[in-house]
Amino acid sequence: MFSFIKKYTETMEHSTIYPIFSLLVFVVFFVGVLWYVKVMDKKEVDTIKNLPLEN
Amino acid sequence: MQVESFQYDNKTVRNFAIATIIWGVVGMTVGLWVALQLVFPTTLNLQPFFSFGRIRPLHTNAVIFAFVGNGIFMGVYYSLQRLLKARMYSDLLSKIHFWGWQLIIVAAAITLPLGISTAKEYAELEWPIDIAITLIWVVFGWNMFATIIKRRERHLYVAIWFYIATFVTVAVLHLVNSFELPISLFKSYTWYAGVQDALVQWWYGHNAVAFFLTTPYLGLMYYFMPKAANRPVFSYKLSIIHFWALIFLYIWAGPHHLLYTALPNWAQSLGVVFSFMLIFPSWGGMINGLLTLRGAWDRVREDVILKFMVVAVTAYGMSTFEGPMLSLKSINAVAHYTDWIVAHVHVGGLGWNGMLTFGILYWLIPRMYKTSLYSNKLANAHFWLATLGILFYAIPMYWAGWQQASMWKQFTPTGQLKYQFLETVTYMRPFYAMRSLGGLLYLTGAILGMVNLFKTIGKGTLVANEDAEAPALEATHEKHKGEHWHRWIERKPTLMLVMSLIVILIGGAVEMIPTFLVKSNVPTISSVKPYTPLELQGRDIYVREGCYTCHSQMIRPFRSETERYGEYSKAGEFVYDHPFQWGSKRTGPDLAREGAGNNKKSNAWHFNHLDEPSAISTGSVMPSYAFLIDHELDTATTASKIKAMQTLGVPYATGYAEIANKELMDQAKLITANLKQDGIEVGSNKEIISVIAYLQRLGTDINKK
Repeated sequence: MFSFIKKYTETMEHSTIYPIFSLLVFVVFFVGVLWYVKVMDKKEVDTIKNLPLEN
Repeated sequence: MQVESFQYDNKTVRNFAIATIIWGVVGMTVGLWVALQLVFPTTLNLQPFFSFGRIRPLHTNAVIFAFVGNGIFMGVYYSLQRLLKARMYSDLLSKIHFWGWQLIIVAAAITLPLGISTAKEYAELEWPIDIAITLIWVVFGWNMFATIIKRRERHLYVAIWFYIATFVTVAVLHLVNSFELPISLFKSYTWYAGVQDALVQWWYGHNAVAFFLTTPYLGLMYYFMPKAANRPVFSYKLSIIHFWALIFLYIWAGPHHLLYTALPNWAQSLGVVFSFMLIFPSWGGMINGLLTLRGAWDRVREDVILKFMVVAVTAYGMSTFEGPMLSLKSINAVAHYTDWIVAHVHVGGLGWNGMLTFGILYWLIPRMYKTSLYSNKLANAHFWLATLGILFYAIPMYWAGWQQASMWKQFTPTGQLKYQFLETVTYMRPFYAMRSLGGLLYLTGAILGMVNLFKTIGKGTLVANEDAEAPALEATHEKHKGEHWHRWIERKPTLMLVMSLIVILIGGAVEMIPTFLVKSNVPTISSVKPYTPLELQGRDIYVREGCYTCHSQMIRPFRSETERYGEYSKAGEFVYDHPFQWGSKRTGPDLAREGAGNNKKSNAWHFNHLDEPSAISTGSVMPSYAFLIDHELDTATTASKIKAMQTLGVPYATGYAEIANKELMDQAKLITANLKQDGIEVGSNKEIISVIAYLQRLGTDINKK
């Protein structure tokens, strides 16, 4: 499936680490954002949310 | 806690607002003009300054950078001050920003009709203006960041994140894409060649849509929609996911403009995957915008401002659904180069940017002038004209796009192409006329809006400096228990900038670095040689006249294209092209192999065709280029052009610049002698000869032994 990438990467040593690393960057990034959003302090969210309506 | 008194600067906001209105009407008028040029090609193409190829870039630059650009600054200067409870850092910087930006627009309005253009879409302005844009952008960023630093509100509301991401990304895009080698005050060559130039250009072009037309306007949506609806945004948490996901994914999507081209396949695939994923954050944002109105939908019926905003956000949803769909290779194979794309961008431009801008203007102007809107009726009329205008514009163009694609691709039972290209052009003209009507409706609405807003200004008085009060920010902030790391980022704007920068650099770097460094990505073809001096000069005229606005130079590997245009295009054929001229729209046929195979025409054919296209191809919408017969070719630039090309790595022999003009004249004489045999008398020193030489060269190299 990834023959078009393999051609370039198989000449590098330990090339299998690159796709795994890319996948990790993705997963960590999005899990990080989702997790952060989940644990946000509700009171603080309400304060920020209402900032545009203050003046 | 000490309460401080200060004043908001409304004057700069007002100035940007007026500029938005005026440039909007100007940009849309030019748009209507170019639309009508396709209906009345002979009467409306006022050559050479106002031909389609020169003023179509004027239209796109005007609506993007003048109308939407001023709209961004208007909204940012208003909302930033209030969200931070601070006046803009420096009145002087605000002034320099405002007038500097207007001067840039005027410079664009002068240089583009003069044919001073880099021919890179939405980045056509030449290098001195590019430098001016950089300086003014820095002034904007400086003013914004200094304001953020002296703020009285600790939290940075999500709108400001969007502004920060906009600032940093546009800076990166502009700098990378404008890397060029000047050869005179008004002419430069892009540093990149062929495939690499295409990748950089569409990384820029796509992200100009993302970070100039989208992210700043999302910031405005997150501020002005709650304002207009008088209720907070539906979900602040969703807006955070929206922000990070959008800026992370957007930057990778550029290659979807180059599907099935000579761009390496892996880069195309990355573009497709990320473009498709974009639908999630985009729709998250749209839903967040629309649900902000939950419980207030009854007000949408009466409040014209909310009407504008609802249509804007809906149009955002439609175009961000369509975008990922168009990025799928099977759909792109049909839609690319057709008028479908024109419909798509206008749903975004007229719908999302236009309607949100007018919604904000109708909200903003009466407030800054402490009065009410001059006429609600007029604003309602504007709303309906604009909405109908979008429909009258988009529907004929969708239809036209499908029709075009299917006519290009149809074969007869015996295996021949069913339609000549010209037949597809004449078929389009009624659709072009209907689209112009849509444009006219939208423009009429905008003019009503202008009258309404100026009348409102006339009956009120500007509160140039609006009084406000807020407690000063404590110098140190105690981290309370359980506080999250993101809070920490949110309070540190510089860190926010750095984080945004890292996030947007990942995608661009992954796609560009291998294309530049891995040699096998652009396989060289030994028979591909640099252009002759005459061809190079002709190519620069092709660039000057904006031929790329209607003609592509990229044959995709489909039978319908190889039958019509010849062998599909290879990456190695473009290695000496500064800039690349692949184009993005086929109002006319592809020219990649204009000089080769079945496409090859005589010099006399080209001469007569450029002189009067419709005399050779009945029903053609191409304007006449008769002035090329009168204009003398400027050969004084030949040596410096050859030297510039050598600097860029084009392998002309050492000292070639000195003999280039002699070779140029020899080749020109051959062409004029050939024309003479067909009864055409013309001087060898005319521009048309170099254009013919260039057209005859196109696509011929790979057949050479």
